[in-house]
Amino acid sequence: MMLLAVLSGFLLAVVVPAVYRLTGQHVGWALALLPALLTAYFASLIPAIGDGEIILVENQWMPGLGVSLDFMIDGLSLVFALLISGIGTFILIFAGSYLKGHKDLSRFYVIMLSFMASMLGLVLSDNLITFFVFWELTSITSYLLIGFNHEDAEARKCALQGLFVTAGGGLVLMAGLILLIFITGSYSFSEILASGLAVEEHGYYLAAVICILIGAFTKSAQVPFHFWLPNAMAAPTPVSAYLHSATMVKAGIYLLARLNPSMGEGLLWSYALMILGASTMLTGAYLAFSSTGIKKVLAYSTVMALGTLTMLIGIGTELAITAFICVLVAHSLYKGALFMLAGAMDHETGTKDITKMGGLWRSMPKTAMITCLAALSLAGLPPLFGFVAKELMFESLLNAPLLSWTLLAAAVTASIMVVAVAGLVSIKPFFGPVRATPKQPHDAPFAMLIGPAVLSLIALVFGMVPFLPAGFVLDAAVSSVYGSGVQTALALWHGVNVPLMLSGAGLLAGSLLLVSWQQLQPRLYAINTIASRFGPEAGYFRIMLGITQIASWQTRLLQNGVLGIYLLILVLVTFSLTGYTLLTRHGFHLSSDFSDSFFYEWVIALMIVASTVFASVTKSRLGSVASVGVLGFGVALIFIHFSAPDLGITQLLVETLTVILLVLVLFKLPPFVNLSSPWERYRDLAVAVFAGVVMTLLMLAVLDIQYFDSISSYYIENSYGLAFGKNIVNVILVDFRQLDTLGEIFVLALAAMGVYSMIKLRAEDQHKS
Amino acid sequence: MKSNTLILHTAALAIMPLQLMFSVFLLLRGHDEPGGGFIGGLVAASAFVLYAFAFGAESTRRILRVSPRDLLAAGLLLGLASTLPALWSGQAMLTAHWWELPLPGNNYLKLSTVLIFDIGVYLAVLGTLMTFVIGLMESEE
Repeated sequence: MMLLAVLSGFLLAVVVPAVYRLTGQHVGWALALLPALLTAYFASLIPAIGDGEIILVENQWMPGLGVSLDFMIDGLSLVFALLISGIGTFILIFAGSYLKGHKDLSRFYVIMLSFMASMLGLVLSDNLITFFVFWELTSITSYLLIGFNHEDAEARKCALQGLFVTAGGGLVLMAGLILLIFITGSYSFSEILASGLAVEEHGYYLAAVICILIGAFTKSAQVPFHFWLPNAMAAPTPVSAYLHSATMVKAGIYLLARLNPSMGEGLLWSYALMILGASTMLTGAYLAFSSTGIKKVLAYSTVMALGTLTMLIGIGTELAITAFICVLVAHSLYKGALFMLAGAMDHETGTKDITKMGGLWRSMPKTAMITCLAALSLAGLPPLFGFVAKELMFESLLNAPLLSWTLLAAAVTASIMVVAVAGLVSIKPFFGPVRATPKQPHDAPFAMLIGPAVLSLIALVFGMVPFLPAGFVLDAAVSSVYGSGVQTALALWHGVNVPLMLSGAGLLAGSLLLVSWQQLQPRLYAINTIASRFGPEAGYFRIMLGITQIASWQTRLLQNGVLGIYLLILVLVTFSLTGYTLLTRHGFHLSSDFSDSFFYEWVIALMIVASTVFASVTKSRLGSVASVGVLGFGVALIFIHFSAPDLGITQLLVETLTVILLVLVLFKLPPFVNLSSPWERYRDLAVAVFAGVVMTLLMLAVLDIQYFDSISSYYIENSYGLAFGKNIVNVILVDFRQLDTLGEIFVLALAAMGVYSMIKLRAEDQHKS
Repeated sequence: MKSNTLILHTAALAIMPLQLMFSVFLLLRGHDEPGGGFIGGLVAASAFVLYAFAFGAESTRRILRVSPRDLLAAGLLLGLASTLPALWSGQAMLTAHWWELPLPGNNYLKLSTVLIFDIGVYLAVLGTLMTFVIGLMESEE
């Protein structure tokens, strides 16, 4: 059931084109049924999880490698799963209307559903490797969605940037997860969390923390990796609403929260999260305030929220974790809603620029109302859930054990700017003098407004009666991040206290900022343009340039198109390493005993040597091909002589076919000329002799000493018993090592495709010229 | 490239069916005696190569009926398909499955995913080599 729930998105994605043909323009509503059902399914787990239960579901995948499709549901993953499927429902409905008639609409849904399934897999996986697979899948689907308008060069560039940053971070994360597996000896989150190991005392702890943090920070757009997220706004708005505010960018946060109980004891963890989280929060808030595109404003305020979340995990007190869960839920609700509303505005007015919008409430009253409601939650005003979350955050900062005042100052500054930002997205476009927009504005259709309306209403209800969601599932989520049972006491009204006064002051200062935005923004924009030359994004471009330069340098050096050089390098490296190992591990002692060799063995050996020498000195190509063939047949004779008929037959057949292929190619080659200088020929000879000597010594050493028991005895014993075959060679190929063979036939196919395209392309070139 | 000698024509027509039958024989007995999909595929490929040398690429395509690349793809598909029964019954991927069909005279026909996989290897090898050879021969014409 759980497996089906996670993978259903992939299954539905396959049949999207058919569904589209069937339902036409109502495709959004039809597809939204799946996430709606999933929401209901996850909601049905609430009572059990609310009681503190943890559900584990086991599915085997690759048991030999420790990889399984095990799922774990506790409070934290359930909250995420509900957000993913719940918001996903509305996003799919919204997208059907927003992208109505788009020629690639079914492709959009295919990727969107695959993303949803990957994201669900990510938050529900219990196995670290499976978690990583889903993590990378979200990066890839995000890449495809950012670059959805693939004919736009800018969108492609942004998509690639997002992919490089998140997938690059993903590689580092993989190293971190593997280190974590080394430390704990377990592949499973639930086991790691339950073991209560003192992870921070292990020698690998430092490296593991750094790797995991880099992975999480790139995914969740923390400073200095924050630049990819605003650029990801090149995606269609439903994507921004879903991936780049409500779900995917929170994957890093999810990982931090998930590992907090076992890794949060270390000081490095706390300080890194607090300091980088706070800087991200400030950077995001400032950049949001100084942008004019409505999607950019929202994107930067998402960066700010992600920073806040990271900081709260870093503080790690019971109160801070409660605030963390509340901010997480509140942010997903209002930011998902605001992004969809921004899409609606953009769709109906034809512009994304806030400065070009004004007085829209007359023409778009419903949109205006819902936007204001959602913006209230963003600003953290009562009676919305955003207020509850913000108050909790202030309170937890007041009681933070480390850096309390610094963090509080940062949070207050950020919240002042967020009040202004909330004004920017709600008051600025809808009130004030009417401005002419590119399109004649009117209210957005029902399908575009239902999602934001429901999400904002939920935020309102949660704000009015915060103990309701708390009792159901938030407490369980807080407990799973904190590491032990927690009973929260959420309330809208705590009386007049310090957090409330801070909120009041923030509101006042924020309103002042909003009023002066018109004057401030152009100046800030000018400063940002100068600063961006030294910012992390400039660093990103420099690194990318450096990578291309290194790549072209080493290609010129190693792969310069001269086949002889490739061969030379391959042979030298292989045999130097082999020779080094042989000398250091085995030493140089020969014991050659040829007494039990037969006369005809010598004949075969002589034939092989003679054909080799002839092949390398002859000036006739046909002659050298034929003598290489003789060499091959000699080897086949040896196989047959030492009773390996399978190898012998194979060798004979391969030799025959190779000679035929060579003969076919032979006529295409230019006439035989001497291109290499004598020096180069002596160099090649030396390398060849070196390789031959090393190989001979190696073979003699192999005969001389046996380090391990021969593995063939295992196959001899078990070939018939386990695999029902008497031909051990074949049983190894198709049963014991079937995966290798499967890989090999794919390599064969690749080679065939390569040769085929090379022949075809050449033929076409000749055709043209 | 097409030869015009009568000897090669006659010999190819006589030898090729034998080679093909032998290749299937090698494929089927491969699990217990020397042989198997790889060797069988090589023998089958050499049969078609002989035919191609005698009668040219065009007629070889005609007797193959399908494009060599489709043979290759079918081989890969069979190779992958043979891994599915194990997944279906909840075992680790690539676990072999065996079915024994009773035949008259107290004999049994041993069928298995391993055999399907071996047929896949056979087709992949045949497809690869024929892609090479036919491609090269056609580029000359």
